[in-house]
Amino acid sequence: MSTRELTCINCPLGCALTVTTENGSVTSVTGNTCPRGDAYARKEVTNPTRIVTSTVRVAGGVCPMVNVKTATDIPKDKIFACTASLKNVIVQAPVAIGDVILTNVADTGVDIIAARNIAAK
Amino acid sequence: MKNYDLVIVGGGPAGLAAAVSARDNGIESILILERDKELGGILNQCIHNGFGLHTFKEELTGPEYAARFIDQAAERNISYKLNTMVMDIAVMDSGEKKVTAMNREDGMFELCAKAVILAMGCRERSRGALNIPGYRPAGIYSAGTAQRLVNMEGYMPGREVVILGSGDIGLIMARRMTLEGATVKVVAELMPYSGGLKRNIVQCLDDFNIPLKLSHTVIDIEGKDRVEAVTIAEVGADRKPVPGTEERYTCDTLLLSCGLIPENELSKNAGVSISPVTSGPVVNDSLETDVPGIFACGNVLHVHDLVDYVSQEAAVAGKNAALYIQNGSSGDARTVEIVPEGGVRYTVPKFIRPERIDDTVTVRFRVGDVYKNCAVCVYLDDELLQKKKRPVMAPGEMEQIILTKEKLGAHPDLGRIIIRIEEA
Amino acid sequence: MYDVAIIGAGVTGSAIARELSKYHARICVIDREEDVCCGTSKANSAIIHAGFDAEPGSLKAKLNVRGNAMMDALAGELDIPFTRTGSLVVCTASQNRADLEALMEKGRKNGVPDLRILERDELLTLEPNISDDVVCALFAPTGGIVCPFHMTMAFAENACTNGVSFFLNTKVDHIEKSEDGYRIDTTHTDSGKTETFAAKVIVNAAGVYADVLNNMVSAHKLHITARKGEYCLLDKDAGTHVSHTIFQLPSKMGKGVLVTPTIHGNLLIGPTAVDVENKDAVNTTQAGLDSLGRTASLSVKNIPMRQVITSFAGLRAHEEGGDFVIGEAADAPGFINAAGIESPGLSSAPAIGEMVAQLAAEFLGLSANPDFIPHRKGILRPETLSMEERNRLIAEHPEYGNIICRCEMITEGEIMDAIHRPLGARSLDGVKRRTRAGMGRCQSGFCSPRTMEILEREVPMQMFDITKNGVGSNLVVGLNKEL
Repeated sequence: MSTRELTCINCPLGCALTVTTENGSVTSVTGNTCPRGDAYARKEVTNPTRIVTSTVRVAGGVCPMVNVKTATDIPKDKIFACTASLKNVIVQAPVAIGDVILTNVADTGVDIIAARNIAAK
Repeated sequence: MKNYDLVIVGGGPAGLAAAVSARDNGIESILILERDKELGGILNQCIHNGFGLHTFKEELTGPEYAARFIDQAAERNISYKLNTMVMDIAVMDSGEKKVTAMNREDGMFELCAKAVILAMGCRERSRGALNIPGYRPAGIYSAGTAQRLVNMEGYMPGREVVILGSGDIGLIMARRMTLEGATVKVVAELMPYSGGLKRNIVQCLDDFNIPLKLSHTVIDIEGKDRVEAVTIAEVGADRKPVPGTEERYTCDTLLLSCGLIPENELSKNAGVSISPVTSGPVVNDSLETDVPGIFACGNVLHVHDLVDYVSQEAAVAGKNAALYIQNGSSGDARTVEIVPEGGVRYTVPKFIRPERIDDTVTVRFRVGDVYKNCAVCVYLDDELLQKKKRPVMAPGEMEQIILTKEKLGAHPDLGRIIIRIEEA
Repeated sequence: MYDVAIIGAGVTGSAIARELSKYHARICVIDREEDVCCGTSKANSAIIHAGFDAEPGSLKAKLNVRGNAMMDALAGELDIPFTRTGSLVVCTASQNRADLEALMEKGRKNGVPDLRILERDELLTLEPNISDDVVCALFAPTGGIVCPFHMTMAFAENACTNGVSFFLNTKVDHIEKSEDGYRIDTTHTDSGKTETFAAKVIVNAAGVYADVLNNMVSAHKLHITARKGEYCLLDKDAGTHVSHTIFQLPSKMGKGVLVTPTIHGNLLIGPTAVDVENKDAVNTTQAGLDSLGRTASLSVKNIPMRQVITSFAGLRAHEEGGDFVIGEAADAPGFINAAGIESPGLSSAPAIGEMVAQLAAEFLGLSANPDFIPHRKGILRPETLSMEERNRLIAEHPEYGNIICRCEMITEGEIMDAIHRPLGARSLDGVKRRTRAGMGRCQSGFCSPRTMEILEREVPMQMFDITKNGVGSNLVVGLNKEL
């Protein structure tokens, strides 16, 4: 049995949650004042994920950088692998929101997509 | 002098939403004047996600949110001028507004507008305004300046970073700098609570083991050429440093995220009264300033934390500017003041005209401290109109209440509306 | 071999260089900083004193009054922003009126014109925000306010135009007497390269370091202490809080601080006065900043201290003798000091320039330079033009239609001018001092990335090499993901 302390992010109250797990599954969540806290704690302990946003360089565009994001959330422990794999990526303008910049980033099965329109110069 | 029905100063989220709303309410002749090289305003450098949950029911990045409104403006063929700085707004004898602006192509030019919407946004509080002692080397940036350098230019302003202020931009930049390869050593916050959203504290600091020191401030900056170290210290209840609590951090960068200030120099020159609390114009339920025909919305009116509310507010300003253009000044309708009390710092709007509002009017405000198990109480003179329980309220989060025409209309002799935080 | 090498490119060195360029001579100016006006000249009260303060008969008294009188002509010739706002020394109820009268007497002895004492009633019509405790004041109508950056730049640029060579980023390591003059060993602060200069005459205008240079060649040792002065600058919204430079009558509590409008429309409060060991200690302190508002309130009430937009500290070069040290060192022929130039140094600079140039010219037997160009045009300020003139300018040079600094409304054209003129700006602060871009209420938050782009394009230079104020103060350290 192990416990983890978390801060709930659902509202400004920021409840201090204590999550107890046994063999990888959650046995109890305490400290929450509403059901959203319980759900957040369970997800955060068993499968924490994040949307990652970053930038890559643009060639021939009106701006030197385009911001990008993971198409869906990826495992939290893949965040740095994700940004590292964008290091040498250069995209050619024009770029449109939703364009796939990199497929299957860091073996997550998730694509990196453009989050901004950049016209060609 | 070219004539327009409506000139909007600023093509960020507020200006765009105001323009769209004015067009949808029947105004054809609209011009947006934007000082940057593209529409979208500060959202273009806010590449993190989390924008638009209320408006679009999805989590967009700043540029994506901006693009939605840029598209809406484009669908409506709303005209705009980029790289154009508005230099002056003056009221002419006719009551129309003379807007003086300048750009490379047109030079300096004057426009005549029936109505003007102020949507210039805000600026960051600088190191100088914070009166932080020490040297003045390179490496001290406001968080927004660093954000622009990293996100739009692709340059890193530093390697080892200390951040003062736990406003959302500071928190977001802690994560950004970390993901781009810098080390963020600590975030210090003068107040005993953070000015940022809980979600940002968890996902921008906790995720990367960046310590947040509440009730701490920077008391010295070292380094003649480039920042070499900063010293932070704990502050007491009087917010003065407590001797003996100093901690020195070697670093090459100090980022400041210590508050935003609405940019109202143009408004002041136009004769608009400014609230000393918000640093934004004093407005009525139409979001009209005390200069008839000049409206305000977005961060120039009061600093927001969610862009969704900016868009909503701007739509109200756009609609009312349209009504003003179509029907002229609202004249001398009965006006009731909203008085903030007991922890409520201000309200926007400040004045309500019960006969002129739609069915409802949204009143936004901020509280001055953290309140737990409290209630937002609204009084019409001495009579309690509503009491809404809140488990927690904090200065970092904008609050709102809705007033109805029906309730206000039932009080023809209403003197004032009081909004107060009370125990639950 | 130079005829004259001037060490120090502050207002003193620059004024001397400009005066010397009226003669036929090979002249150079050497400074360790990346730009002119980087020491005491950039951080002071920015005022032209009337001259009642110094002891009658002292160099300070003589050169202050003379320098003040020269300012109108100089401001015209060199396009220096300067206004005679007049100054007031206020006396409170608890102070001795006789001290104020003695100050007036001293001023009259120094030759300061039109001094008189104003009673409270008259004072209030001039300065409604004067403190309630003030009973009377000494009024000196010849006191003025000036832009110290532009004053220094004007001298330096005009000297440059007239053939004076400037060696910046050049630190003097050693000076030695040679057969026909002096040998100056230097190190380039950026490249680390050493270079030796030879000059018949050295002018020592090295500010707080003038004692170090003097003591390399002379047995008559100087001892200069860096006296720190901290200031607060307030927003232009507060710029009309007072309209004269308001001094406090010195008392046993100290010299007090001044409150003054600046030539650019801000309000300036300061300085403190604390002697410091470190001659580079231009840091502000909590105690210093805290004291300013408190002390200022003795003379002026209701100062909106919430409107402070920046604070800074300057170091005055205090020589223990108390007066300026100007002239040839007795045991070092041709080594001319312009040392101990503390307040009223800025006011005296034009006269110091004249005096030192004359000394050097006599020593070397220099003849007049027939090609001397007395005029220098400052950076064109479009805001001073009519809309028609402005539009003609923009039609020809569209960059004057592009605002870069929105607080001070500075255009791209002005920044390009600052970069391309003689001794052009190479850093963010260089641009700021010349144009005011970044000096406004947002303190360069918005315009610094844009000014960096202009420097990158116009100099041209790499983004990584762009600094705030010279070697080591680089603004960006790498590309994203490549630290």
